[in-house]
Amino acid sequence: MMQDIKKWAFGSLWLFILTIPFLGIINALYFLVSLIVLAILWFIYKPFEQNILDVQSKLLQLPMPSIRWSLYFVIAILVLILPFISDQYITNVATSAITYIVLALGLNIVVGFAGLLDLGYVAFYAVGAYSYALLSTKAGLSFWAVLPLSAIMAAIFGIILGFPTLRLRGDYLAIVTLGFGEMIRITLNNWDSVTGGPNGILNIKGPATLGLSFSQPHHYYYLIIIIGIFTIFAVNRLNNSRIGRAWVAIREDEIAAEAMGINIVKMKLLAFALGASFAGIAGGFFASKMKFVSPESFTFFESVIILCMVVLGGMGSIPGVILGAVVLIILPESLRGFQNYRMIIFGAAMVLIMLFRPQGFIGGVRRRLELHPEDEKILKQETESLYDVKQK
Amino acid sequence: MMLNKNNILLETKNITKTFGGIHAIEDVNLHINKGEINALIGPNGAGKTTLFNCITGFYPPTKGRIIFNGEDITGLKPHQIAETGMARTFQNIRLFAEMTVMENILIGSQCRYRMTLLGAILNDKRTKNEEREISRKALQYLRFTGLSKFANHLARNLSYGDQRRLELARALATEPKLLLLDEPAAGMNLNETKGLMELIKKIKDEEITILLIEHDMRMVMKIADTITVLDHGIKIAEGTPKEVQKNEKVIEAYIGRRRRTA
Amino acid sequence: MLLQQIINGLTIGSVYALIALGYTMVYGILQLINFAHGEIYMIGAYMGIIAITFFIYIGLPDISIALTLVLTFLAAIIFTGAYGITLERVAYRPLRNAPRLSILISAIGMSIVLQNYVMLAQGARDKIFPHELKIGGELIIADAHITYTQVLIMALSVLMMSGLTWFIKKTKVGMAMRATAQDRRMAGLLGINTDRIIVITFLIGSILAGAAGVMISMYYGIVNFYMGYTAGIKAFTAAVLGGIGNIPGAMLGGILLGLLEALGAGYISSEYKDVFAFAVLVLVLIFKPTGLLGERISDKV
Ligand SMILES: Nc1ncnc2c1ncn2[C@@H]1O[C@H](COP(=O)(O)OP(=O)(O)OP(=O)(O)O)[C@@H](O)[C@H]1O
Ligand SMILES: [Mg+2]
Repeated sequence: MMQDIKKWAFGSLWLFILTIPFLGIINALYFLVSLIVLAILWFIYKPFEQNILDVQSKLLQLPMPSIRWSLYFVIAILVLILPFISDQYITNVATSAITYIVLALGLNIVVGFAGLLDLGYVAFYAVGAYSYALLSTKAGLSFWAVLPLSAIMAAIFGIILGFPTLRLRGDYLAIVTLGFGEMIRITLNNWDSVTGGPNGILNIKGPATLGLSFSQPHHYYYLIIIIGIFTIFAVNRLNNSRIGRAWVAIREDEIAAEAMGINIVKMKLLAFALGASFAGIAGGFFASKMKFVSPESFTFFESVIILCMVVLGGMGSIPGVILGAVVLIILPESLRGFQNYRMIIFGAAMVLIMLFRPQGFIGGVRRRLELHPEDEKILKQETESLYDVKQK
Repeated sequence: MMLNKNNILLETKNITKTFGGIHAIEDVNLHINKGEINALIGPNGAGKTTLFNCITGFYPPTKGRIIFNGEDITGLKPHQIAETGMARTFQNIRLFAEMTVMENILIGSQCRYRMTLLGAILNDKRTKNEEREISRKALQYLRFTGLSKFANHLARNLSYGDQRRLELARALATEPKLLLLDEPAAGMNLNETKGLMELIKKIKDEEITILLIEHDMRMVMKIADTITVLDHGIKIAEGTPKEVQKNEKVIEAYIGRRRRTA
Repeated sequence: MLLQQIINGLTIGSVYALIALGYTMVYGILQLINFAHGEIYMIGAYMGIIAITFFIYIGLPDISIALTLVLTFLAAIIFTGAYGITLERVAYRPLRNAPRLSILISAIGMSIVLQNYVMLAQGARDKIFPHELKIGGELIIADAHITYTQVLIMALSVLMMSGLTWFIKKTKVGMAMRATAQDRRMAGLLGINTDRIIVITFLIGSILAGAAGVMISMYYGIVNFYMGYTAGIKAFTAAVLGGIGNIPGAMLGGILLGLLEALGAGYISSEYKDVFAFAVLVLVLIFKPTGLLGERISDKV
């Protein structure tokens, strides 16, 4: 206790001194006061920590399958009728949230499943958006033809990035992907004849189908819901497949995975390509909705935000990543006054999550195996192993 | 030792591996007969693990060839070698720590099945059937190694001895012809070692050939059919346990070393 | 023209080298890319301007301009040093045994925090270096102009790099640093307080970056809160180019990268200036990941 008080006191004072030149003495004092308040809150919380953790773990266990499914059902209904029970603004925010779910789930394949830290993921989003913009304005193709092409273009870029970098160690890979993202952005910014430079590409056509041309926010909303459902479905299937298992094995131990017959080059490339193609789809959708693309939408910070969604939600966990995306889009929207503090809160959250809850909101818990009833029976009978017999 | 051409499963021809001038292994010729338990012994740093790494494709050998099951596998990638029917464990256990015991073994048993993107996403009948076969097989190996009760535990939560056994189970699940074990008994207590020996014998009964690195001499002498001795990267002896026990060079390599370090 | 580009390249290259040293030293000891190192450099640049503004306010330059500059550098490196060790304490030390991915994410988070902290505290607009303390004048060799600021930057950089080399080679702490870089566990067993060595490493790296920040603010006369990001990547590129973990390598890499960039901007295209650095980084990592002076590292199976 005494130790903790000392630590807090010293820490607060230290940070106070460090911030004086930047904040000025008055603001630094405010900062000090808020640190002290934080410390007091901490000391109030501390004695109850165990109780709170217990309650929390109980709550997490609570959702029995039936409750869980009814919860999902309610959410699904709400999502479906959203445009009718809210206004355009909310529909737009929700559209953007689902776009980010698609992006975050795509990045989750690369980072969460395969364990490859990609800091330039936004590049694939950009490739998708610009592919859409160019193909639709210059080649005059329709939305339904262009969207898959956007995904394919992004996947090709994923392989282009992946191929030379696969041999790199984790942190080198992070830097190279970051550099790659910047290279794409700088190129978009300067290759005026094709990309329109900083002005971007204007007058992009939206989708049209069965005589309905998309003009209202809720048209796009339902379109992104379809894309979102497809993404969740596909990523979930991948996660539960041999491929998903192989990715996680690579993440856990590359060398052991190789010894188990997994072609790690192929699997990593597949992760890059698939992750990128979801970003490509999201990018295509983004371009068609905004009717306008420019390099400004594809900065490093966009990559960081998407990564943050994956990390905060829980790397490798699909519900976690969805939750992460929703929280990170809705929260800043609802805290308009905090707009300026958005990034600093994101950054601090990344640090704090790594320090105190590395598994995120919902950790990537591997599923318990669901066995056929007969196998389950055999498994139960076999609790007496060869090993125990020998020890008698 | 019988040298029957048809009976040889693995053969290395003058395998040499150097690390920046240091000869970790030099001109090692190894013959391993089908169905036998072969022990590879030698003092620390003799090059045993390096030899394993060359055979399983983790290190490209500086010189020499590796013939497995009549095929030249020199230069193949580790995953290709695994497909030809070789599986291994590692001296410093390498499990998929955050995966369950069952999933660890599933990774092994899915080695014999193709992975297709379409299959994964559509989850069609064939994929489902294969997936069922894979988990059936995995369960079988779980039982075979006596790990059933841990099926849903995370690998990292197992005891040391159980982790070693899991690594072995995972290797077995790839359905190998040849199983390479790098010091499987290291760090095990007496009981665990005994259990492991039983397990290795059981594996032999399944007609799987075993190449085993081991420092525990009592164990080696009891279960090995043939022994190869490495010292300073050079093969100094081979033969039955009895022959090797009496070999002058082997005694010199072990005793001499011990005297020097004492 | 060529000479001018070379001079510009050497100037900016020595700044890259100073920052690169921080990356390389931390990497040598922790095998960790200190992602927030570029922000430390940015903080140094701000700190320099803040200090000078303060000194102008109290009228110090009227007494002695040289003293003002010396005190400015001192203030900047004291604060960047403090920020550096705080960074280590908060974001890295608690994760010493965590998976690499966690450490990297925490580092990126820290980098975002520092950047936005400076933006919120100092405003999003560029800050100008006070003209009262600009060093005027230049040397003219052939038809190349070398400003005194450039001379100062190069001279100071050489001085600091020699100082560092001496420190690492000759002092007890320096030797302990080398031992820790060789094998941290072993060094710990030999009685070296590796935690302390790590703090010292962060301290030195941050001091060098802080000084680099002040120099660049004098050179360009302008700073902003996002300058650490690009400079950080470039300095990291320099460290990789020279062979990460290798101190002379970082110096060489910095200078080379500076030259390359200046010549590339002069003769090829200045818009794509930043792309050159990334291209170099990618090419080096792919074809010679050990860099120019780095040693071979092979993964143990
Ligand atoms: N990747 C590597 N790089 C450099 N040298 C290596 C490498 N791997 C092994 N060596 C060297 O090769 C020699 C043989 O090592 P190896 O690990 O094969 O011995 P070992 O017989 O398995 O010993 P132990 O019984 O201790 O496991 C040693 O001198 C070791 O230092
Ligand atoms: Mg060994």
